Amino acid sequence: MSDELLRTEGLTRHFRVGRLARQQTLHAVDDVNFTIGRAEIVALVGESGSGKSTVANLLALIYRPTKGEIYFEGRPLSRVKTRRQRLAYSGDVPMVFQDPYSSLNPAYRVSHGIARGIKLHRSDLARQERGAELERVLETVGLVPAADVRRKFPHELSGGQRQRVGFAQALAFRPKLIIADEPVSMLDVSIRAGVLNLMSELRRREGVSFLYITHDVASARYIADRVLVMYAGHLVEEGPAEEVLQRPKHPYTQLLLSAVPDPQAPLGLADTTDVGEPPRVVDPKEGCRFQPRCPYAVAECGKVTPALRSIGSGRRVACHVAEADAPVAAEPAATA
Amino acid sequence: MTAERQPAERILEVRGLRVAYASDGGAVVAVDRVDLVLSRGEFLGIVGESGCGKSTLLYAISRLLSPPAAIIGGEVLFHGRDMVTLAEDELRNIRWRQLSVVMQSAMNALNPVLTVGAQMADACRAHSNMSSAEITARSREMLRLVSIDPIHLQSYPHQLSGGMRQRAMIAMALLFTPELVIMDEPTSALDVVAQRSLMVQIKELQEQLGFAVIFVTHDMSLVGHFSDRLMVMYAGQVVELGSTRQVFERPCHPYTGGLLEAFPSIHGPKVELLGIPGSPPDLARPPMGCRFSPRCPLAAERCGVVEPGQYDVEGDLVRCFRYENVDQPEAAAAAGAPGGSP
Amino acid sequence: MTEAPLTVPQLADAGTAPPGAPAGEAPPAARSRSGPAANVWRAIGHNRKALVGIAMLAFFAVVAAFPGQIAPDDPQAEIYQPGAGPSLHHLLGTTAYGQDIFSQLVWGTRLSFVIAFAVGGLATALAVLVGVSAAYLGGLGDGILSLITDVILVIPIFPLVIVIAAYQKNAGLLTLIIVLGALGWSYGARQLRSQTLSMRTRDFLMAARVRGERKLYIILFEILPTMTSLIVAAFLGGALYAVLTAAGLQFIGLGDPNSQSWGTMLYWAENNEALGAGMPLWAIAPGVCVALLGAAFALVNYAFDEISNPALRPVRRRKSVDVER
Repeated sequence: MSDELLRTEGLTRHFRVGRLARQQTLHAVDDVNFTIGRAEIVALVGESGSGKSTVANLLALIYRPTKGEIYFEGRPLSRVKTRRQRLAYSGDVPMVFQDPYSSLNPAYRVSHGIARGIKLHRSDLARQERGAELERVLETVGLVPAADVRRKFPHELSGGQRQRVGFAQALAFRPKLIIADEPVSMLDVSIRAGVLNLMSELRRREGVSFLYITHDVASARYIADRVLVMYAGHLVEEGPAEEVLQRPKHPYTQLLLSAVPDPQAPLGLADTTDVGEPPRVVDPKEGCRFQPRCPYAVAECGKVTPALRSIGSGRRVACHVAEADAPVAAEPAATA
Repeated sequence: MTAERQPAERILEVRGLRVAYASDGGAVVAVDRVDLVLSRGEFLGIVGESGCGKSTLLYAISRLLSPPAAIIGGEVLFHGRDMVTLAEDELRNIRWRQLSVVMQSAMNALNPVLTVGAQMADACRAHSNMSSAEITARSREMLRLVSIDPIHLQSYPHQLSGGMRQRAMIAMALLFTPELVIMDEPTSALDVVAQRSLMVQIKELQEQLGFAVIFVTHDMSLVGHFSDRLMVMYAGQVVELGSTRQVFERPCHPYTGGLLEAFPSIHGPKVELLGIPGSPPDLARPPMGCRFSPRCPLAAERCGVVEPGQYDVEGDLVRCFRYENVDQPEAAAAAGAPGGSP
Repeated sequence: MTEAPLTVPQLADAGTAPPGAPAGEAPPAARSRSGPAANVWRAIGHNRKALVGIAMLAFFAVVAAFPGQIAPDDPQAEIYQPGAGPSLHHLLGTTAYGQDIFSQLVWGTRLSFVIAFAVGGLATALAVLVGVSAAYLGGLGDGILSLITDVILVIPIFPLVIVIAAYQKNAGLLTLIIVLGALGWSYGARQLRSQTLSMRTRDFLMAARVRGERKLYIILFEILPTMTSLIVAAFLGGALYAVLTAAGLQFIGLGDPNSQSWGTMLYWAENNEALGAGMPLWAIAPGVCVALLGAAFALVNYAFDEISNPALRPVRRRKSVDVER
């Protein structure tokens, strides 16, 4: 949690939508700034349409930013052009996908993807060593006995096991940062814990950082060190996981937390009058994008887009009202 | 909660229902001897993970199964009439007027080439003799009831947001103010905020119109806030059935307990999650004895050999040998459950 | 952090089905030997239509491979009594020129077989090339390739083939194969394009791209292997089309009238009014063979359709015997 591994500055991605005559611009991600450190798990929380998956795709170089820059180990990604450079980067920053049913090629045994990955990224290994490495990563993710598992076809494994294979594929590159795009949301609840624990384990044992993208705040609290909250393409809140989730500052974060069903919470019917949904941000005007749904909105909210600003103790919020409320001193006194 | 209502009559009784699929390897029993009773205005949640049979159960109750699935035993008594033996035209009388279904994904259930209004009119005409004017009036009323502007009668499904589509489906299901609405994971495609507002809406409608709900989901925490009773299914069987409060506060069956503990929580201390390692059994060859025993942390030797029955624990039905001697719970604990196998 | 060690493969798996998944759980079936090849063999083995089709193909293949053993007479030799009916010496009688019909039939099998496989192969190769590339390239490339595909699809093949073949003075075998192959790929190309498009969102393709695979590699080794059933089905469809169209072309005289094939037999039979002149077998026998070979390809094609699209599989009654141990 000391060294900075990845940093984004003003990261922006727009898409052109609409027909030829009426072209519009979809603002999927606007001006997002955050950092990820070594051996750190950062959760990126948001609902669908918030832009979180686009951020993942930008970090994985599937898209190029419309504006802004991503720095990996201090070097800007816009300079990554040749195939060699791209290969090197994707070896450092692989991605694990959401759908265990489509993340493995059904025509091959599960060793295929891992073997290809090793071939492309681990030229340090001799041919004989590759097989051993393949089995090592399978064992690291808990798929034992590795010699048996590697010969299986995807349909012979359960969803949870397939997700583990996805992690094994990523591990085979000896990555520094794994982008996990909703890795457990399509798994049964009883299986999620295993995969979440795996991520913590990997961080602890192998020193791998994670960008954990999810809409489930509870799982974010469980494994993340820091939480980033996105809404309608903007980063609206950031801070240590426990802080943000117990004492949310941004009204959207508060709404999100109030909506989370929690079996341990006392049973009772909390009233929700909000039936709104996140907007599809097309050709937006200035002003806070959450303002139409915000119970605290003031006049300024509709005119000036709030910037993500620090309010002390590692927390940042993009909200005029929250900023105004924040204590002037950096450190809060005692927290109950 | 239910204290103010007058003693409710039973509107649905399911007894020993069994549903099987014909497959290459023989019959696969997806629903095994399920019993349940539903009273007027009651909200029953059915919870389970994939492969447990909850959706199959739902479709069996509403007689929507098609080959290779078929009901092979048991009865489904709706107001005393066995739905399993009813003919199609008799079923049509019941469908939508007294019993309606809300499907999992509105995008799949709604016809993409018809407007919402046209589909609601379809439903009205199929089950009644309402005039056009009556149909329109009723449709507008139902849309307003679910907080959708009636102007959307002219909209196509893809023009509505995800949450609105689901609410439109619920409006359609309530056209005839049925007594029972069956819902198959209606919120799973929605985000958490939309999910919550939809659930609140459903609960409000239920209290307003008085219909009973059977709500199937894999998310126990979601339904726990809204249901009166909760049924937990595993591998085609009911493993626990009781009042929601009781099931949450004192889960009896190890699977229910494991499931509750598998949810990371927002509040309270951070505890290590264990989940339930392993996978549900292959229903083509169910294991001997208790179906959960291979994964049960408290399993005894007997569990892998003999199938447990359902035992009553203060009104909570549990399919687990640990509760066999309900009169002497301590004796059972001492005698029946030595060190378990993982 | 280990899960329980793997036991018998379990398809009733622990993953939540994606939202919108078909209602009800899929019937799980244990398979002890797996992989797409094994699946294909199993599917064929269970499918009656396919078995009949393959038996017929095997039969024709044997005849095409060893015509000399089956019909030692020279099919072209005009040495016998013309117009004779079936007899022990001449199982199907003789032609108006004194040739043994049975020999002609047997020796003609080889050519029909060669045409079927050659045209099928060529058409399929083109279909794969155009269809998959169009889908993977997208944008302008897709637009151009799709346009070409659609134009050829819409043109009535038979008249076009007649026109082209008529320009060739000596429409030899190679010309025939090239012409038929170059015009018969468009249907398969559309199918393959659709299938590839539907796969674009599959995560394993994204994963391949993200780990740095080249585009050509992805097309050849990630996309194509998942579409083998479709490709085989396209091949069989192409072979069927080749058999029938080639026979038709030869019948109207656009093939090489001196070649030995069923279509040519039909041509000569027609020229001599065989049906009316008391030599019906001369016309009927090759016609039946064309139909049978075509039917063989069609039957096996059904099986592959059913493999690719489980919705087409007949709903089976419960079987008491287990699949395999």
